[in-house]
Amino acid sequence: MRAVAETLPAARRDRVVAVRRVAIVPALNEAPTIARVVQEIRDVDPGFEILVIDDGSTDGTQAEAERVGALVARLPYNVGIGGAVQTGYQYARDHGFQVAVQVDGDGQHDAAELARLLEPIADGRADMVIGSRFLDVGEYRASFARRLGIHLLAGFVTLITRQRMTDPTSGFRAVNRRGIVLFAADYPHDYPEAEANVVASRHKLRIVEVPVAMRERAAGRSSITAPRSLYYMIKVMLALFISVFRRYPAPAEER
Amino acid sequence: MTPLRVSIFAAIAAILLLLVILELIRSRRLQERYALLWVMTAVVLLIFALWRDGLNVLASTVGIAYPPSALFLLTGVFILVVLLHYSTAISELAERNLMLAQRIALLEQKLKERESQSAGPS
Repeated sequence: MRAVAETLPAARRDRVVAVRRVAIVPALNEAPTIARVVQEIRDVDPGFEILVIDDGSTDGTQAEAERVGALVARLPYNVGIGGAVQTGYQYARDHGFQVAVQVDGDGQHDAAELARLLEPIADGRADMVIGSRFLDVGEYRASFARRLGIHLLAGFVTLITRQRMTDPTSGFRAVNRRGIVLFAADYPHDYPEAEANVVASRHKLRIVEVPVAMRERAAGRSSITAPRSLYYMIKVMLALFISVFRRYPAPAEER
Repeated sequence: MTPLRVSIFAAIAAILLLLVILELIRSRRLQERYALLWVMTAVVLLIFALWRDGLNVLASTVGIAYPPSALFLLTGVFILVVLLHYSTAISELAERNLMLAQRIALLEQKLKERESQSAGPS
């Protein structure tokens, strides 16, 4: 497919390359927002297959998602965002998808930004694209402590990957087939985003950050509450530190 | 006062423990979430092995005449906490194991029903 794409002018390349694409939407108790998230993705790009991963919700998340026609994989119990997202990548791998995007079920990711996320992959410039709140589009409002934490992690990830990363905790991202195959087999647990960037970088995936605007949460609460944020920081720091010494098997090949 | 030899020995033990833990995480035999308590144990032991005044203060505060005993106390407390953490972790795993078994049983039943339907009278 890439060979065909390379012979085409850029404008047509997009349509050819981004053929089989899936939107992975992890959701935990997002019944109030999930239907809108699904519909927004469909409105922006009807070519997406939309797979909601219901991470053991106790509200009507599954029914809401199915009502608007999304596929729903329901985990038997809460496995955490890492395991939930990885389930989506395994689906993408098993069903031969070429591109996968991750969109949070809480509505903070704006589907209108998807084109921007997909462009570097369609151009063949990137294997993974991360939507960053800190590359000067819109204004991301969060508490000082939270922004400090994110910038601290950004510094660490930048140091480890030797590539500038401004928003390592962003869950708004896209990967090509290489990324799908890699993440289906190896995706971090608990609070995975920052570590996933390192894993991808160590496997020699080309990572590109693009500026995106994110909305405030429409409903529900962030999974990262105040008392948990300390645990979050320590856990992620430890994982990042260890990753420096970890050996990663040969880069994942396209299958 | 804490004998110097006790401090040196305790520090070496704590460092060894830390190295073993980090190696276990690196080789993916230990997940970070279960390693954090162990890392904390090793770091606190290391701190009080090296910071001898601190150990003396800690010992006299809780009424221990012989400061090195406070190291044992610390170790004991942390082992208790780790064990308790394991008990809750095991309970959670047992609960999830049961849910998985139930889900599989019902899925299997559903699958058989479908198969017998499609293989049934035409």
